[in-house]
This record gives sequence, C-alpha cells and structure tokens, in this order.
Amino acid sequence: MSLSPEAAEAAERFAACGSWEARARLLMQEGDRLAPLAPEERNDANRVHGCESLVWLVGEPREGRWYFRAGTDARLLRGLLALLLARVNGLDSQALAALDLQQWFASLGLQRQLTPSRSNGLNAVLQRIKALAG
Amino acid sequence: MSEPSPWRGDFPALAALERQQQTYLDSAATSQKPQAMLDALTHYYAHGAANVHRAQHLPGALATQAFEECREKVAQWLHAGAPAQVIFTHGATSALNLLAYGLEHLIATGDEIAVSALEHHANLLPWQQLALRRGARLVVLPADALGRVDTAEAEALIGPRTRILAVTQLSNVLGTQQPLAPLLALARRHGALSVVDGAQGVVHGRQNVAALGCDFYVFSAHKLYGPDGVGVLYGRSEALGKLRHWQFGGEMVHQADYDQASFHPAPLGFEAGTPPIAGVIGLGATLDWLASLDTQAVLAHEHRLHQQLLRGLGDREGIRVLGAPDTALACFVVNEVHNADLAHLLTDQGIAVRVGQHCAMPLFKRLGLNGAIRVSLAMYNDSNDLQRFFHALDRALELLR
Repeated sequence: MSLSPEAAEAAERFAACGSWEARARLLMQEGDRLAPLAPEERNDANRVHGCESLVWLVGEPREGRWYFRAGTDARLLRGLLALLLARVNGLDSQALAALDLQQWFASLGLQRQLTPSRSNGLNAVLQRIKALAG
Repeated sequence: MSEPSPWRGDFPALAALERQQQTYLDSAATSQKPQAMLDALTHYYAHGAANVHRAQHLPGALATQAFEECREKVAQWLHAGAPAQVIFTHGATSALNLLAYGLEHLIATGDEIAVSALEHHANLLPWQQLALRRGARLVVLPADALGRVDTAEAEALIGPRTRILAVTQLSNVLGTQQPLAPLLALARRHGALSVVDGAQGVVHGRQNVAALGCDFYVFSAHKLYGPDGVGVLYGRSEALGKLRHWQFGGEMVHQADYDQASFHPAPLGFEAGTPPIAGVIGLGATLDWLASLDTQAVLAHEHRLHQQLLRGLGDREGIRVLGAPDTALACFVVNEVHNADLAHLLTDQGIAVRVGQHCAMPLFKRLGLNGAIRVSLAMYNDSNDLQRFFHALDRALELLR
C-alpha cells in the first residue's frame, strides 16, 4: 500500500534516527503537528477508553475517504497519534480494514508501541478507527 | 553506596533480564523465581504427574504426599498451627472471592462490611459486590496523610453492625504497613470476622498469623517467589467452620446423588476441581529455599535498598512520593510531567516499572491523581538496579522538561 506524502516524509525523518533519545525528540515534534481538538470535542462520546492517558478521537468521511483528528494530554502519545493519523487519513474503509499498522510503526522503529498489552493506548485508538470506519 | 544482593545469582531470570538490558523493578506485580522452585516444577513434571486425593496408584500417592507436605510447609511458614487451616486456591483474588461468597450467608440487610480506602481491587470489589447482593453497607475506613488507616476514625466506624473487616497488611500503592493490631482488636471487640490481604505483606517480613490474631489471611504464591496460579487462604478453624461451600466438583465432594450432595469440610471442601498441583509443589520448594535464608539479612537488604530509593526520589526536584512508604516500593509523580510520557521513556531505556492506578482506582480518585509510577523491590534487586533507574529517570526528565 503506498504511503501518503505526509507519511512518507515522517518515515524518512524516523529512518534517520539512531537513538531512543532522538526518536523521543522527534516524536514530540510530530506531536506538535497534530491539529488540536476543539474543547467541546474533548467529550465523553469521543473519548477512547482503554488508554492510561486521556485520548479523544473524531473521524468523518469525505467523498468516501476517512479523515481523523485526535487529542491527548500526553506528549509522546500525541506524537504517536500524529504518526498514526498520517498513515490512515485519506484512506477508504476497505484500505483501513486491510491496513497493517504493525508494519507501519515497525518501519518507524516504534514497533513496541503496538504491543497487545491492555495498557497500550494506541491499540485502543486503532480499534476505534476501525469501528468508526467499519 | 553499593548494595549488592547475595541472592541475585539464585534467580536465573535476573541474568536473562540483564542480557535483554532490562532492569526489573516491578516485583510488587510479580516476582522472579529462584532456581530451587524451577527445579521442583521440572522434577514433578519429569518424574510423573498425577492427580491428588483420588487415585490409589503410586504416582497418585506420591503426588498427594508431596501436595500435603506443602500444606504443612505453608502452615509452618505462616505459624498457622494445624495444616488443615490452609486452603489452596488459584490466587489471592480467588481466595478473597471464596471468602466473599462463603461468608455471604452471614450478611443481612443493613449489616456493614468495613474495608480500608487503600485496598487493591481484589480486596475491595468482592466485598462491594457482596454488600450489593445482600443490601449491606460497605464502610470505607479512611487513611491519614501518610497512607495509614486512621485508627481513631476506624474506632468510630467499626461497630456492632460490622460483620467483616477486610484490610491490607501492606499497601500495594503506598508501601505503608497498616496498623493491623488495633484494627483487628476493634473487629474482635465487635464480633466481626477479620480478613487480612497479605499479598504484598507476606513478601516483606515473616508472618505469624496466630500472633496477628486475624480470622483469615490471604496471599498469592507468585509475589512470594513462587509460581503463579496458586493462592493461600489461611483461616482459623472456628472461622473456617463458618464458610459455606462455594465452588463444587472434584474431591470436595463427600457423597453425591442426582438430587443432593454433601461436601468435605476445610481444607479439601474448598478446593474444588483439580488444584494447581505443580504450583503448590513449586511454592513448597520456594518456602524451603526461603527458610534456608537469613531472614534478617534479607529484610535489612530490602530496607537499605528502599532507603536508597526514597533518598534518590527525594533528592530530585519536582518529584512527589505518594504517602510515606515503609518498605518494598514507592509510587511517585513528577510536577508538570505526564506519567505516560515518563513511563514511555523509562521503557525505552529498559526500566521495567509500572505506570497507572495499580488496581486501586478509588484510591487514586481520592488522591486526586490519574495514576503514578511505581518502583518496587525484591531481594534480588541491588543498588546497580537503582542507579540504572535514576540515570534513566534523569535522562527522561531532561528530555521532557
């Protein structure tokens, strides 16, 4: 599956990362790219449960493609969300269902972030994305 | 100050974790296992597994003998007196659930069940649900600012309607020893049954349940360097006599017909189904091994490490330790830093600590926090582990601030 220009650029930035510290810095910068949610969008209905941190997700289809926005109070998770959305935004439901996110995060050197542990917020967000688009 | 652990080499997983560049500081969740326990498990499985209390054949007899010897070992370890006062369950949580169902018939509408504000969900929710089933009231004994049950408040809250007092020995969040002696005396004075959750406490001190004077004492093997899937429920024989049978089937049955059945008394009557035989044998081996150690030396080592942990946290700006931990662990938060961010960067550096609410959501609500980072120690930890933790903590905070 081909990457959006946004995702390809992110992948390039992470490919150049040699250390956990560099990756952490980059993650925080990625988080700064995440468009903020409006305060009224941070509501219970949009809340993604199953995360240690507070996470909200909104999504809408436009001409058959899905566009998501997300917010959280944790900085590194914000970066991970930005990378997740860079990969999924603009895909249709079929492509979303078939998407291998494990592979996406592994290519960024962030495979650990998608472990099946229940404390992992990213998995819960992914499940919500698939539910919204399904 | 260097504080090596003389027992580290007895735990093969510590070397394996080191090869994986992991520093294990989450022993309050579960502990690593000594070689003696691994050998016992292998020996049991390699020399012929058999079910207990059923077969007349030799393997069955040997397994039953080994299993019942472990009951004696547990009774000795706890100073529990007769081995028949020890029931094996599948964990501390299942032991507490056994109690909450087995004692249900003693609870009437308007009765009270007292728990502390510091309980792990496992020693809160079985009682909460029992109270809901019976129209009883769950009374929560508040803790003081240091993290100990306030005995003056408890005095006012425990009364003639109190049927059960269920309280932890050592908080899994705050690391505080609870004032069991006055609390248990209060329960006795009002004729309430007492339940002590020893899941954390049993690991960090030798227990004497007879001297403690509780009716029931519960712990899980896996936190005490034993296998998972095994819990222990000690009950004073008079208290055990009050339990109604809970789960049915297997060798807990005395006589059975299609329309009725009778059951054995404790302990067998409360061990429905095949018990965790290998696990119990593994626990027995762990207890033998623990008994061979100098307990005072172990406790002194743990104390010095704990002091180093508290000092290191205290030396750093913006760190708030929750409560006043006595032993074993410390929970903390950092000003202006999100727990999840800190946990993320500690994990990146191979530091295995726990972040979250540690199965004590109501306590965190009371503390006004959405979680904390917990560092917990065991006998195999050493000062290098703490140095690696603090080094990782400093680098993480540098990045985040």
